[in-house]
Amino acid sequence: MASTFTRVLSRKKTVGILSLVGAGSLMTGYLINKDKVHASAQSSRRRYPASAEYPDLRKHNNCMASHLTPAIYAELIDKATPNGFTLDQCIQTGVDNPGHPFIKTVGMVAGDEESYQVFAELFNPVIKERHNGYDPQIMRHPTDLDASKIRSGVFDERYVLSSRVRTGRSIRGLALPPACTRAERREVERVVADALSGLKEDLLGRYYSLTEMTEKEQQQLIDDHFLFDKPVSPLLTCSGMARDWPDARGIWHNNEKTFLVWVNEEDHTRVISMEKGGNMKRVFERFCKGLKEVERLIKEKGWEFMWNERLGYVLTCPSNLGTGLRAGVHISLPRLSKDPRFPKILDNLRLQKRGTGGVDTAAVGSTFDISNLDRLGKSEVELVQTVIDGVNYLVECEKRLEKGQDIKIPPPLSQIK
Amino acid sequence: MPFGNTHNNYKLKFSAEDEYPDLSKHNNHMAKALTLDIYKKLRDKQTPSGFTLDDVIQTGVDNPGHPFIMTVGCVAGDEETYEVFKDLLDPVIQDRHGGYKPTDKHKTDLNFENLKGGDDLDPKYVLSSRVRTGRSIIGYTLPPHCSRGERRAIEKMSIEALSSLDGEFKGKYYPLKDMSDKEQQQLIDDHFLFDKPVSPLLLASGMGRDWPDARGIWHNDNKTFLVWVNEEDHLRVIAMEKGGNMKEVFRRFCVGLQKIEAVFKKHNHGFMWNEHLGYVLTCPSNLGTGLRGGVHVKLPNLSKHAKFEEVLNRLRLQKRGTGGVDTAAEGGVFDISNADRLGFSEVEQVQMVVDGVKLMIEMEKKLEKGGSIDDMVPAQK
Repeated sequence: MASTFTRVLSRKKTVGILSLVGAGSLMTGYLINKDKVHASAQSSRRRYPASAEYPDLRKHNNCMASHLTPAIYAELIDKATPNGFTLDQCIQTGVDNPGHPFIKTVGMVAGDEESYQVFAELFNPVIKERHNGYDPQIMRHPTDLDASKIRSGVFDERYVLSSRVRTGRSIRGLALPPACTRAERREVERVVADALSGLKEDLLGRYYSLTEMTEKEQQQLIDDHFLFDKPVSPLLTCSGMARDWPDARGIWHNNEKTFLVWVNEEDHTRVISMEKGGNMKRVFERFCKGLKEVERLIKEKGWEFMWNERLGYVLTCPSNLGTGLRAGVHISLPRLSKDPRFPKILDNLRLQKRGTGGVDTAAVGSTFDISNLDRLGKSEVELVQTVIDGVNYLVECEKRLEKGQDIKIPPPLSQIK
Repeated sequence: MPFGNTHNNYKLKFSAEDEYPDLSKHNNHMAKALTLDIYKKLRDKQTPSGFTLDDVIQTGVDNPGHPFIMTVGCVAGDEETYEVFKDLLDPVIQDRHGGYKPTDKHKTDLNFENLKGGDDLDPKYVLSSRVRTGRSIIGYTLPPHCSRGERRAIEKMSIEALSSLDGEFKGKYYPLKDMSDKEQQQLIDDHFLFDKPVSPLLLASGMGRDWPDARGIWHNDNKTFLVWVNEEDHLRVIAMEKGGNMKEVFRRFCVGLQKIEAVFKKHNHGFMWNEHLGYVLTCPSNLGTGLRGGVHVKLPNLSKHAKFEEVLNRLRLQKRGTGGVDTAAEGGVFDISNADRLGFSEVEQVQMVVDGVKLMIEMEKKLEKGGSIDDMVPAQK
């Protein structure tokens, strides 16, 4: 299951014909094979040269638009992954969503593990831009889920209200949400729900399928803030990942409600460990234990996670490669958040702030969601330690400001390289 | 969402049962007609351009529908879709179009002189009159399936055809992509501008891709004849004016359409049409004439009458709010239009609107005076 290969649907013959009939003319896209064919890979679709198909990205501001040149487009347009995913499908979400002047979205997705290889010419520069210069062609990503290496990690609960670590995992051999068929998605659900049912002790829990849940179960999941809805963001829906909703989607959580798995939302699985309060160390310990257990259980049945030493864990969005990990806290920083040095402090600590509703939300009062910026090029242990050290620093700053003492901007942490 | 050509073949390695959609909570024409056997039979087929069964039904799978409103739940990606997937689409068409059989023939009649009356609808009641239809260009795939290159070629051809019109049809094209703020505001004020679709019924079929690339609006200088390019169909053609002169609106509609068609034919790109389905469009609900002819009419009394729905049904008319499909009426003003698309010609459908609206205005007047309309209720058309 681990082999990757490229099947290049080369249309060299067709390109030759197109250049004869004047490939520059939009009106004479060449019609090949008008006969009706059944179950054939040949298409009689009117073909235009790559230059006529190249998207108009002049008003766009996303990573895909920054790196998709006409030359790269022409090079990759006739290629497809083994399950038939194409470049146009990878980039559709970025074409449909020009982006925001301030927020640079990624603008492309993978349909399967092979996408990252077949379309490497575009994915690599996007990954490099998004992940601070990480070059998949020459670098290796470290994976480390040994929670015993964590130092400190229990925060002052007068400031830290809750702690959370999330990541995603993909099942090797099954296509990702933008590309998967209904059967594949159902298989993902079956494999994952089966593995989760093998968890024990503090991880013992239950799966709730979105199609079968009762009104009562649904309400409880909403009250617990566990339920995820059909995505409305066009960034996600344009990639095709909401097809067939809510078929084969579901939520699993342990009885203690501290370990949660989303099935078939934006990725095959999203794994979340969380608790109220400031014990990030324990949250991360449970996170690692749960992940390793699930991996062991799927391996028993002959499955494995998508992972390689260049990209780490393979997920749908390039922004989540590597660890796919976002470790964060909800923290109250009434004084520090009003200090003009706050953004710079966060930046140097390699942290980002969000509102308490998650990405793209505003903070309520002075309570923020603070988490790691990086995903790829640093291990899980390194990133969680960064968050712990950073949050400790922020709490220290807040305390100093309470006492009327001054604070300092910390030196910037090293980025990759 | 158009997948690559080989994706469907890859899918075949999974069993039909594993791939079959869960339609247990669905209420649309596709869900009514699709069975596992039909799915098995059609799943390995593709049209010559590569449109597959799952492409046809995706919008119906993603949008279960409404207990009261029966949506179609499937689309065509090209002209051949209606042939390759006839085992699914014939029953859908039959259900949607009042029992229209696979062997039936559809009559096309765009001879506006065949319309009787229609120039005398009382302007105290009829605020505006409008006729719209759609047209697809032979040899090009439809909005759910087309590539950017194709869509741009359609736009280019449409601009050339429309800019060759003169006289009352002389006009200008406004591409959505490069519209100035001033132009945009004017088009909004004229109620001409169409927006990126937000309805999941449309988006789930893939027709919103690459917006606003190669989309645009053309209208004549008089603002009485309007063409949408690459929205839900290749072309949507609309004739309209204030007041009740439906005869004139229909004349302009027919003449304009025929002029446009002549230009396209000259370049060997006629409109998709056949004698069974009439004009071929993206949504099966718009086959036949694709025509919706209607008025905005004040019927405050009649609309509150218990027999209003029955009258509409018998006249083969439907009501909508003045914002179009899925909107509510405001102040007793309704959008009244023909319910049929397939199985009646354009002239026949507009005739039903003209005759029906005339009758309903008579009824409204009677009710205003406190009279009864029981003896005016028509027989079923």
